[in-house]
Amino acid sequence: MVGKVGDGVILQKQYLLNLASKGERIDKRKPDEYRKIVVEKDVLGKAEGSARVKIGETEVIVGVKIDIGEPYPDKPDDGVMIVGAEFSPVASPRFEAGPPDENAIELARVVDRGIRESGVIDTKKLCIKKGERVWLVNVDIHILNHSGNLMDAAALAAVTALWNSKMPELKGDKLNYEKKTKKLPVKFKPITITFARIGESLFTDPNLDEENVMDMRLSVAFKDDDNVCALQKGGIGTLSLEEIEKMIETAIKKSKEMRKLIA
Amino acid sequence: MKRLNGRKPGELRPVVVKAGVIEQADGSALVSMGKTTAVAAVYGPAILHPRRLQLSDRTFLKTVYAMAPFSTTERVRPGRSRRGTEICMVTRHALEPALFLEENPKAGIGVYIDILQADSGTRTAGINAASVALADAGISMRDLVTSVAVGKVDGEYFLDLEGEEEDVTKCDLPIAYMPRGKKITLLQMDGDMPAKDIKELLNLAVKGCEILYEKQKQALKERWLVK
Repeated sequence: MVGKVGDGVILQKQYLLNLASKGERIDKRKPDEYRKIVVEKDVLGKAEGSARVKIGETEVIVGVKIDIGEPYPDKPDDGVMIVGAEFSPVASPRFEAGPPDENAIELARVVDRGIRESGVIDTKKLCIKKGERVWLVNVDIHILNHSGNLMDAAALAAVTALWNSKMPELKGDKLNYEKKTKKLPVKFKPITITFARIGESLFTDPNLDEENVMDMRLSVAFKDDDNVCALQKGGIGTLSLEEIEKMIETAIKKSKEMRKLIA
Repeated sequence: MKRLNGRKPGELRPVVVKAGVIEQADGSALVSMGKTTAVAAVYGPAILHPRRLQLSDRTFLKTVYAMAPFSTTERVRPGRSRRGTEICMVTRHALEPALFLEENPKAGIGVYIDILQADSGTRTAGINAASVALADAGISMRDLVTSVAVGKVDGEYFLDLEGEEEDVTKCDLPIAYMPRGKKITLLQMDGDMPAKDIKELLNLAVKGCEILYEKQKQALKERWLVK
């Protein structure tokens, strides 16, 4: 690890806690306010679907690659989706090259659950021959700049990329990536909203400074009908039942706004 | 409404908690919840090696969760998995709030959890066992951590899902909970649930945790009370 991670964190923590006790944030945002969100689709030429999402300075790119392969034995007529995440050392002085660490795995698995449980992809339509051949949809999350709240950025980019994915042509046994036939069958637009707790305050969309000093975060993913499809607590802090209820309530409102960004 | 094995919706599987099951360990416990069996062993606190892992302000807590190859119908391939890595992490986050890690800087505590038999709820059984093992090791704790999963099947809220129920549940929501301060230390969920159901499910899970808490305390008393 290179860089000055950790310098001044104790001082900064005190400063952020003081602000939080007044309900204020280091960048003057309201407790439930997001940084500016920019969503771009079709940003990669070689991927079957792609999107770039910026939340403030955080930047995430997602590429969808579509292939054919075998189905899982317990779901012989369902297509397969695989979500992976790469924390490239490009993106932060804390990231190291090599196999994904527990944070990258957690991110991939939480995004995976949000997409899988809400049924974004109509996997029944991805069966080519029952028990033998199905479409494989690889969703790869690549962090370009880590400035906090990777979870929401990655989830938003993944769903946007899936909504803009096109299937390659299947000719006999071979795939022709040069020719796209139809759109990937998609149904829903789940949205993930993340909170951090600093002191007694709950803030949406924590930036990196806030993540450095938070004691706990909670990510909540919603389907289009406002049902919850995934929850994940992170960090070593604790939560009360009242806090969970309050966060879910706020997050429903936020998710409606954010869903409009997926085109 | 009756469940598999005639359980009521709000009833736990038969629970067995035993403290002090591994002679070599500083603390250990076995927890069975129905057909799920977890063994946890605690080693430490001790000087941590390699030294680069030492933390100058707190104890390094290491958690390892592993499923035995013979724990499920289909053999589990030993070694790292993405699921296992995530469970190690959330288990550590679930246990840490109960510990006074700032008491022993530069030391390490190892918490090792083996799932001998898996029939749903392995992370929760693992956390229950780990927390009793930590207490059994004499490590100072704010509270025991107790854990259970809940779900919804056929419109009913079910406590402590077992394997066949997990296949049909509308959602799977595990929590870990410290009863004394009423604090949740692990919260995960996947499925499809209206927000109001989440509230009901959490209340049910907390109730289940309170029952497990008594069993954990009982196990520690059986091991340590001088008769």
